Amino acid sequence: MDFSQITLSAALPEYILACLSLVLVLVAAFSPADEQNMKTVRSLSLLGYALAFGAIFFVPQGTHVIFNGLFAVGPLGYYMKGLVLIGAFFAAWLVSDGWGDGVDRPEYHVLIVLAVLGMMVMISANDLLSLYMGLELQSLPLYVVAAMRTGSLKSSEAGLKYFLLGALSSGLLLYGASLIYGYTGTTNISEIAASLSGGEVSAGITIGMVFLLSGLAFKISAAPFHMWTPDVYEGAPTPVTALFAIVPKVAAMGLLLNVSYVAFADISVQWSQIFIALSVASMIVGATGAIMQQNIKRMMAYSSIAHMGYALAGFAAASEAGFSSVIIYMTTYLFMGAGAFAIILNMRRDSVPVEKISDLTGMSSTHPLLAAGMMIIMFSMAGIPPLAGFFGKWYVFLAAVNAGLLPLAVIGVLTSVIGAFYYLRIIKLMYFEDAEAPLDKGLERNNRLVLLVSLGVITLFFMGISRVNEAAGFIALSAFG
Amino acid sequence: MIGAEITLAHYLSVAGLLFVFGVFGIFLNRKNVITILMSIELILLSVSINLVAFSAFNGDLAGQVFSLFILTVAAAEAAIGLAILVVYFRNRGSISVDDINVMKG
Repeated sequence: MDFSQITLSAALPEYILACLSLVLVLVAAFSPADEQNMKTVRSLSLLGYALAFGAIFFVPQGTHVIFNGLFAVGPLGYYMKGLVLIGAFFAAWLVSDGWGDGVDRPEYHVLIVLAVLGMMVMISANDLLSLYMGLELQSLPLYVVAAMRTGSLKSSEAGLKYFLLGALSSGLLLYGASLIYGYTGTTNISEIAASLSGGEVSAGITIGMVFLLSGLAFKISAAPFHMWTPDVYEGAPTPVTALFAIVPKVAAMGLLLNVSYVAFADISVQWSQIFIALSVASMIVGATGAIMQQNIKRMMAYSSIAHMGYALAGFAAASEAGFSSVIIYMTTYLFMGAGAFAIILNMRRDSVPVEKISDLTGMSSTHPLLAAGMMIIMFSMAGIPPLAGFFGKWYVFLAAVNAGLLPLAVIGVLTSVIGAFYYLRIIKLMYFEDAEAPLDKGLERNNRLVLLVSLGVITLFFMGISRVNEAAGFIALSAFG
Repeated sequence: MIGAEITLAHYLSVAGLLFVFGVFGIFLNRKNVITILMSIELILLSVSINLVAFSAFNGDLAGQVFSLFILTVAAAEAAIGLAILVVYFRNRGSISVDDINVMKG
C-alpha cells in the first residue's frame, strides 16, 4: 500500500465530499426534521462543493496514478470535476425554500453529495472496477431523488423507469467490462491501453467495447438509448430535473472521454463508427422529438438528447481537436442548462408550479427581464453567434469536418436548423402573443444568481473563447501524451 | 461429449445465455415489475460467471474481486429498486408493467 503525499493530496476534492457526506448523514438524522435543518444541510453541502472546487486548485500538477492504479488524476479529471462541482452547486442552490416539491428535505442534499462523489470517482477512474463503483455511486442516489416526491405518481413512475433502465445499462456496461477483462487479462485502463497498442483486436474486445459504450450511452441519454429521458425529466421534481439535465451528463462525458480516448486510444477506427451512429441518431431524435412537445421539461429532455448528439460528433472525429471540442461543448452546455432551469423553476401561477410551454405566452410584457434572459438562452441553445452555444457547435463541427466526416457535420447543421424551430417558438410565444393568465411576478433570489451567472457566461463567452480553447487543447494534449 | 473437459467456452456460453435471458426478460415481460428485477439479477450473475471464469482461466485474481464487488452493489441496487417499487405501488395500486404508462415515452 502506498500512502504517499501524492495519494493524500491528489484526491483532495473526493476526500472533502466523502467526509462531508458522513457529516451530513449525521446532521440530517440527529436533528429535528424541520425547515431549519434542511437549510443547514443545504448550506453545508454548498460549502462542501465550494471547498472541493477550491481544492482542485491545490492538487499537484500533472497526471498521477494513485490508489494502486485505481485512480488517475490529471488535467482532464480536474477540469471535468470543476464543471461537475459548479453544476452541483447550481443545482443545490436552485432548490428554493418552502417549495414543497419533495426535495425540501435534508436527505435530498445528502444523496446529491454522494452522487457528486460518485461522479468524481468515475471521472478519474483508471480501472474498470473503480469506473463501475463510481458509476453506481452516482446512479443509485439519482434513482432515489427522481422518486423523491413520494406522494406523486408521476415522480415515482419516473424513479421506477429510471431505475429499471439504469440497472439494465449497468448490466450492459458490466458485461462489456467482463469481456474486456477476459480478452486483455486486466481491468486497469492504462494496461488495457497498453495491451491494445499493437492495433490487433480480437472480436471479444470489440464486442466488449460495444457493450461498454452502449452502457455509457444510456447514461448520457444518447439515441437509441434515450427512451427513459423524456419521462424521467417530466416526472421528476423540477429541481431534480435541473440536476439531471446538467450534472450527470458532464460527468458521463468526462468518463466517456477517458474510456474512448485513453483506454481504447489505439482502436479509434472501431469506436469512432459507434459514435458516428450514436451522434446522428441523437441529433435527429432530439431535433424532431422536441417539436411536438407541450411540456417544457419534456422539451428540455429532447433538447439535451440533441446536445449530446452534437457533443458526440466530437468523439466521432477521434482526434485531438475532437477531444477538446467535447470539453468546450460540455462547458457551454452546463451554463445553458443551468440558466434555462433557473427560469423554468420560476414558472408559477398562483404559487402553483406550471410546466407547459404555452404558460410562457406573453412573458415579454409581464416579465420583460426574464423573457430577455430566456431569449438569450434559447438563442444560445439554437447556436446563434456570438453566444456560447454557437462556439460549442462550431468547434465540434470543425473537428468533424477536419476528420473527414463532412456528412456528419452536414447532418448536424441541418438538425440544428430543425432544432432552432422549437427554441424560436418559445421566443415567438414570449414576444408576439398576448398572455391570458400571466405567471407570478418576481424571481427568487437563488434563481436570480444562477441566471445572472449563466447569462454572463453565455453572452461573454466569445471574449474568453480563446482561453477556453487553449485550456481544452492543453487537456487534450495531456491525455494524448 | 461425455468425459470431455469443461472449457472456458462452456462457461462463456452459459453466461452469454443467462445474459440474453435477462435482457429478453426485461423487454418481453408484460406482467410484473418483480420479474424485471429478477432479470436484472440474472444479467449481473451472468457477468459474475464471466468474470470468475476468465479469472480462473487467466490465473488472475482481479476478476474474482470484481465479482464480489458486483454482488455487493447488486444487493444495494435491489434494495433501492424494491423501495422505489413500494413507493410506486402506493401511488398506483399495481405493479403490472402495462400500468407504468402515466407518461408516454
